[in-house]
Amino acid sequence: MTEYITLSTLLFSIGAVGVLVRRNAIIVFMCVELMLNATNLAFVSFARQHGNLDGQVAAFFVMVVAAAEVTIGLAIIVSIYRTRRTTSVDDANLLKA
Amino acid sequence: MTAFWTLAPVMVLAAMGLIFARKAVHAALCLAVVMISLAMLYAAQDAPFLFAVQIIVYTGAIMMLFLFVLMLVGVEARDSVVETIKGQRAAAAVVGIAFAVLLSTVVAQSVSLAVVGLDGANADGNVHGLATLLFSRYVLAFEFTAALMIVAVIGAMVLAHRERLVPPPTQADLQARRMRDYAESGKHPGNPPTPGVFARHNAVDTPALLPDGTPLPESVPGTLTPRPQGGTEDADRAVAQIEATGPGPDERPATTENPETTEGDDQ
Amino acid sequence: MLDLSWLLIAIPLAGAALLLTWGKESDAFGHLIATACSAASFVLGAIMFVELLGRDAGDRSVTTSLGTWIDAGHFHVDFAFTFDTLSSLFVLLITGVGTLIHVYSIGYMAHDERRRRFFAYLNLFIAAMLCLVLAADYLVLFLGWEGVGLASYLLIGFWQHKPSAAAAAKKAFVINRVGDLGMALAIMTCFAWFGTSSIAVVNDQIDTVSGTVATALGLLLLWGACGKSAQFPLQAWLLDAMEGPTPVSALIHAATMVTAGVYLVVRSHDVFDASPTARGFVIAVGLITLLAGAWIGCTKDDIKKSLAGSTMSQIGYMMLAAGLGPAGYAFAIFHLLTHGFFKANMFLGAGSVMHGMNDDVDMRRYGALRSAMPITFYTFGIGYLAIIGFPGTSGFFSKDKIIEAALAHNVWVGIGALVGAGVTAFYMTRMMLMTFFGEKRWREQVHPHESPSVMTTPLIVLAALSLFAGVMALGSWIEEWLEPATGHAVHHDPPLPIIVITLIVLLVVAAGVALAWLAYGRQQPAAEAPADSEVSFFTRAGRAELYGNAINDALVVRPVTHLTRALVWGDGKIIDGLVTGSADRIGEISGELRKPQTGFVRSYALMVLGGALVVLLGLLAVTLA
Repeated sequence: MTEYITLSTLLFSIGAVGVLVRRNAIIVFMCVELMLNATNLAFVSFARQHGNLDGQVAAFFVMVVAAAEVTIGLAIIVSIYRTRRTTSVDDANLLKA
Repeated sequence: MTAFWTLAPVMVLAAMGLIFARKAVHAALCLAVVMISLAMLYAAQDAPFLFAVQIIVYTGAIMMLFLFVLMLVGVEARDSVVETIKGQRAAAAVVGIAFAVLLSTVVAQSVSLAVVGLDGANADGNVHGLATLLFSRYVLAFEFTAALMIVAVIGAMVLAHRERLVPPPTQADLQARRMRDYAESGKHPGNPPTPGVFARHNAVDTPALLPDGTPLPESVPGTLTPRPQGGTEDADRAVAQIEATGPGPDERPATTENPETTEGDDQ
Repeated sequence: MLDLSWLLIAIPLAGAALLLTWGKESDAFGHLIATACSAASFVLGAIMFVELLGRDAGDRSVTTSLGTWIDAGHFHVDFAFTFDTLSSLFVLLITGVGTLIHVYSIGYMAHDERRRRFFAYLNLFIAAMLCLVLAADYLVLFLGWEGVGLASYLLIGFWQHKPSAAAAAKKAFVINRVGDLGMALAIMTCFAWFGTSSIAVVNDQIDTVSGTVATALGLLLLWGACGKSAQFPLQAWLLDAMEGPTPVSALIHAATMVTAGVYLVVRSHDVFDASPTARGFVIAVGLITLLAGAWIGCTKDDIKKSLAGSTMSQIGYMMLAAGLGPAGYAFAIFHLLTHGFFKANMFLGAGSVMHGMNDDVDMRRYGALRSAMPITFYTFGIGYLAIIGFPGTSGFFSKDKIIEAALAHNVWVGIGALVGAGVTAFYMTRMMLMTFFGEKRWREQVHPHESPSVMTTPLIVLAALSLFAGVMALGSWIEEWLEPATGHAVHHDPPLPIIVITLIVLLVVAAGVALAWLAYGRQQPAAEAPADSEVSFFTRAGRAELYGNAINDALVVRPVTHLTRALVWGDGKIIDGLVTGSADRIGEISGELRKPQTGFVRSYALMVLGGALVVLLGLLAVTLA
């Protein structure tokens, strides 16, 4: 069981670092998906450990939400690309103080 | 355990690929590897329904969506090597490693209980058990996800939609413009040759060769120009070049049609 | 009829309100309304006075309450007015002289485009002054007290386009506030010790408290009286107040308002009866002011300022008399009335002279005006005879009584009063000689002429009053009349027979007149005032108003100015420094906090992850601990 969780945390951390270092919005988005998948693995593993299916239900909901999120996120990326001709997250920095 | 130890290194390596891959397509492929492996791990952990869903939803739907968008914005658009934010990479590495070590240590410490296993819960079958839960305890959340999906669909449509401000040119308009261009600048009023004509490749991004052997840039579909397909030049540089020479982003046609025949044709 | 005291006040107050709010169309007749209001008040006052005359001596006090003014806890103030023997005299003086001065002003202010406003202020003053003298409660009195201060301020500064007038008004206002502080403290003392500020109650119960309280109360009242009556040490404003139009000087700064201090002392007679110490202070203040005012009057070439010095001096007489206790109250009021007549007469006469001399006030440029303006000359002359105490005139009776009482009280006080009488004769003779006798020293293009009858008629009436007001002293009528209000007058025998004292006084007065004639009658006064370096110390000091302004500047104005500057500096550097400094610090901190806000979403993501790491560390620390 511990190894599953360790793998999950490892994937999660890799996804987090990817979010931090990648600049292509699509890849950043993929890294977010990786993090979500890592949590799903933890859910499924814990479901097995506790002997009930609630964890699997949670993972299922995560997938649903992730699907919706990807739809919207990619639509945003497309519309940003259409107006700015770039997908670099560093170029969307109008919010700076 | 065999499955785990076989798949875990592959998954970690593929995940690392997500960080280090220069090309977005490679990153997407790495992610697909991770997801399929994950589906297998679900199967290994008595979650056949999730296994199927993972394959269908993630690798089937979501990854395809990613690839579609990648194709839209340019497959080979790549990050520049130079990090623009000072210390971002080092800080990310330090924080990421610290986070991984700390989290795995803490979580591993806390999951020392015995594994119960899902034999009891899956007695009537995994799908049956999940359905019982979904339509009883989690029915409200389930209904909310339905609303969420609707909203997401509408949102995606709104975001991707672009309002047409001027009516599309008719065949007669296009014809008149061609003739006017011909009168004013002597531009050939007929169709340009298709890409690859007389060239060594017949790929769509290879300009046609004129009878005297010189390449004809207009033969390449206009929308390919902003997306360096297979070239070595930096995506940023290409964009800068286009913006310096070409029309503004809003006037640029968004589809692969010949620029002379399309005006704001949206999908 | 006697419960209509409020109406006396209401009529001029309504007149003032009407004139201040009515528009330009009332310019043509506004002054008539104001005069009618004042006259109506006088007629009503006269009717009430006659009705009071018809009553028994013990029944001559009517208090009417308009209702509760303040009712807070134990503090209860009725808006009440008392019409008694004392206030009835004042009502007649204020409305009578006031009406005459209204009439006079019609002519004097004829060419002033703000005449309606002037009359509105005059009516306001009449109302406030009546409120002051009719009040049955110190707080109501204070209302009138502040009201006359306001009217005085407005009228001194009536020609506000002149910086000197604006400054004089400000000065009068500020010094009056110093006096008002004493008055306010006196009212608070009343409340603290008697639980009320009713004049009657305080006077009744003064015997129930210790002598120290009575002395303190008396001194606080004296403090207030000094401010209002321009007595030492708060005398400095009166001479500057002559910047106002001359009718104002006659009404407010000679006949009525400046005597409010004397009224206050007499009204609070039980308080002063209970405290010989306070009485002693009253005598000292009166004596000092008497001599100082006379001194200043001798040296001023400005006819109005000389008269103002004289006013100070005469009010000093009244204060002195009031300080003598039961023996002097009636004489103080008697002299107040006669002084109101002859000093108003002379101020209006001076105004008439100025009217003919193109508003020149320098007596050295007058001379030989007796033929140019005969009515002014004769009326002024009667006022002159009255003030120096020529036998038979009103001033003779009133001043003589005070000197007798002063001598009976204390020889040195009496001698001081006697010297004052001599000096008064000197400077008044000087004024007469320089103005009406001698040779013409007029400036070019000055053509003296007699004033119109609207101005001379009040002069004639006032001259007659100055001449004959002495009848009030016949058979000690005034003492008996005032007895219900001021208590029974106890007379001490003077050290010399009365006839001898009268002769001595006349002798001293004659000496003063003779000295003045030697100096200014036999030889012509110079047309230009000698420079300060050429005159004696006495003249220099008198011209500088005995250095009252310099002393005020040195003792109060400059230290307060420096204190204010220090406070402003402290406010700017320390208080504001703290406030703006903290704001600046916050701004700097914000500036530092701003730097992480790069706008790069990856930086924010790094912070989120770093935050998660910190939370994780915290959880770990808690778990391990």
